[in-house]
Amino acid sequence: METSGSETKRLSMIVTKGTLDWAYPPFILATTAAAMGLEVTMFFTFYGLALLKKKLDLSITTLGNPGMEMPLMGAHLLMPNLLGALPGVDAMATAMMKNLIKKKGVASIEDLRQAAIESDVQMIACQMTMDLFEFKREDMIDGPVLGGAATYIETATKSDINLFI
Amino acid sequence: MADHLLDARGLNCPLPILRAKKALKDIPIGEILEIQATDPGAVKDFEAFCRSTGNELVDSQAGQGEFHFRIRRGK
Repeated sequence: METSGSETKRLSMIVTKGTLDWAYPPFILATTAAAMGLEVTMFFTFYGLALLKKKLDLSITTLGNPGMEMPLMGAHLLMPNLLGALPGVDAMATAMMKNLIKKKGVASIEDLRQAAIESDVQMIACQMTMDLFEFKREDMIDGPVLGGAATYIETATKSDINLFI
Repeated sequence: MADHLLDARGLNCPLPILRAKKALKDIPIGEILEIQATDPGAVKDFEAFCRSTGNELVDSQAGQGEFHFRIRRGK
């Protein structure tokens, strides 16, 4: 960090979701906060741990998300909730989303994650979830430390902003 | 005239801010970075970024689908 001491603001986040769409808010906020001089800690737990895998293969689902609308030829396609149960529909929705991301100049999650690492965002991988889902440390990127709820709470009590995503 | 130029056209939130932060780190204190962008959200975001980071937003202009910002590097 460029600055440290009591003047430095801190942001902490609990990252619980591992889908392509939900991967954006935590990484966008983490990188932006770091760029604005905050010390940032991200605690990855449950499905959020997938965001720390070396090889990211993120997708979205239309199931349970009636709010999902995709722009299509000048109109909006309301992604049919029930169709999400059919094979191939989630893959199609994911492909559409990735295409839009590229077209609109939105950063990839890989790029944002790399930017977070380069700006010294501290990452904690939840030890309990690692055990629960039998994730291997070697399948994850190098930076994150392993920790538990107490590690997060200690960080949170020292932070100005705490988010649950 | 700006001392340094950053082309952030075609990039969406938060990339213009992240690139600007990186570019500011590499220029001497007191010098000006000019940023070209096409993201309309960058207007409010550069205001907030400068207020929070001690950099000075010298100038913010919009026209023909492009936005130009001039930021003087603070500490």
